[in-house]
Amino acid sequence: MHKMLNNLHKVSNKIREKHPISILARMFVYLSAAIAVFVVLFLLGYIFANGIPNLSPKLFEWKYSTENNSMLPAIINTFLMMLLTLIIAVPIGVFSAIYMVEYAKRGNKFVSLVRVTTETLSGIPSIVYGLFGYLAFVIALGWSYSMMAGAVTLAIMVLPLIMRTTEEALLAVPDSFREGSFGLGAGKKRTVFRIILPSAMPGILSGVVLAAGRIVGETAALIFTAGTVAKVPEDVFSSSRTLAVHMYCLLNEGLYMEDAYATAVVLVVFVLGMNGLSKLIAGKLGKANG
Amino acid sequence: MNNNKYLVNKIKENAMKSLFFICALASVVAVIIICVFIFVNGLPAIGEIGVFDFLFGKEWRPSHDKYGIFSMIVGSIYVTAGAIIIGVPIGLLCAIFMAKFCPRWLYKIVKPLIELMAGIPSIVYGFFGIVVIVPEVRSFFGGSGKGILTASILLGIMILPTLVSVIEASLRAVPNSYYEGALALGATHERSVFCTIVPAAKSGIMAGIILGIGRAIGETMAVVMVAGNQAIMPEKITSGIRTLTANIVLEMGYATDLHEDALIATAAVLFVFILIINVSFSLLKKDKKDKKKKEKKTKGAVEQRGVVNA
Repeated sequence: MHKMLNNLHKVSNKIREKHPISILARMFVYLSAAIAVFVVLFLLGYIFANGIPNLSPKLFEWKYSTENNSMLPAIINTFLMMLLTLIIAVPIGVFSAIYMVEYAKRGNKFVSLVRVTTETLSGIPSIVYGLFGYLAFVIALGWSYSMMAGAVTLAIMVLPLIMRTTEEALLAVPDSFREGSFGLGAGKKRTVFRIILPSAMPGILSGVVLAAGRIVGETAALIFTAGTVAKVPEDVFSSSRTLAVHMYCLLNEGLYMEDAYATAVVLVVFVLGMNGLSKLIAGKLGKANG
Repeated sequence: MNNNKYLVNKIKENAMKSLFFICALASVVAVIIICVFIFVNGLPAIGEIGVFDFLFGKEWRPSHDKYGIFSMIVGSIYVTAGAIIIGVPIGLLCAIFMAKFCPRWLYKIVKPLIELMAGIPSIVYGFFGIVVIVPEVRSFFGGSGKGILTASILLGIMILPTLVSVIEASLRAVPNSYYEGALALGATHERSVFCTIVPAAKSGIMAGIILGIGRAIGETMAVVMVAGNQAIMPEKITSGIRTLTANIVLEMGYATDLHEDALIATAAVLFVFILIINVSFSLLKKDKKDKKKKEKKTKGAVEQRGVVNA
């Protein structure tokens, strides 16, 4: 069988040599892949090449001023925003995934309703989230531009992501684990918290880190919710700009291209670091199960 | 005593179940609240301005109480179409490369790079657009360099990772026997791929394109940086344009009264666009599932018949 396939390949190779359209098609395929790879490498290379020389210790000073666009407050804000958002989003996302996978019956109407709504949520553009957050939290609830308003808005935004990754992680836990636990007399609650969640942890964690990456890179949903004050906030109800919003402000003013390059480098490193970490965790999971 | 413990346990179990259920409700509630806030604030404004004047009015002059978003609807559609024209051929061919042409060692390099692309924040794409694409377009076509073409190129790049990952997955889902069959009939590798596998993955490819459209139409920060943002009807491919998303970001900061409501109404229009895209996406997915079910059924029937005949 294998030999036959091999021969087939040889024959097809011979035909290909004669066929100009096949050669052309192959060229286009290679060209497109080359373009895609070139664009990524060029984009990253350009930003790093121009940004790294502009990274000066001055940019990491404690205070932001008009003379010195320090990004340290924005970096701290980004971490605080990430933390606050995840504190809100992770329990809700994980718990709802538990309900969907462990409790709900298959083909339940409610389950398909939740599916539809999460798909809708993940399709909504971030500026619409921003506008909604502004109307609901900043105006209606009277929180004014605040970290809390931004965090709740972002929490809704990353909820579908956390739900989906958690669901996948839970589904990957073999049924024998559940059966074993029930067989030993454990209840559903105990099975979920002692058996299923621990074994699904790497998958859940990788989703959470991915969500953190989304939060770091988000701009449009934060401008009108968390505002643009470049200070470390005193409490969760004061305005604060994250790194991505900081970069938007720099670009809007149009005077600080060097600083914008430097900020872009830090931002890209953060986000890609997060994504890499997420993959690393997920990879560990694959190895542990395999 | 024992009975009591059983009861406590049961209550605890039910309490946890209710908690999980309430959390699962969160996404449903979120969608409802978002719809309510956007539409309740937006629709009255549309009524006040007049549906026709709002949707098809070509003038957007908040200072003169003129709120027509037609030029922005057109703008959004133009840049999205441009992104599709630029992004889809490259994305499709790149996905074909990754699924059927790529040697293993190269795949390990290309795949993470494409995934990397998905992770880059849109504000960084916008910045890249300003410092690289805008000057290039300016030197080629003259003008300011900010406009439909620039925005289309940038969006085309931004939707690449979405397109590639969805299309690659759907190409891989096509049974290998299709390919082998074509090969056995004497087709070249390229012909087998393009004439059997690609048509078989049609619905998956369409799903990828629809997802890309959703991305492009909702993109804000990158477009604001490179589209020029003039709220007028564009005349040529390099003229500046404002999208629905850009309109919100640009003016929300200082808008009041009817102006603010008109911006919310803009979001409502955008939201309707997104809902239409979402629905068509899920219909396509459903269609695919139904097809699979049918295939399984016919396959099962064939097998059964085989057993009977034997």
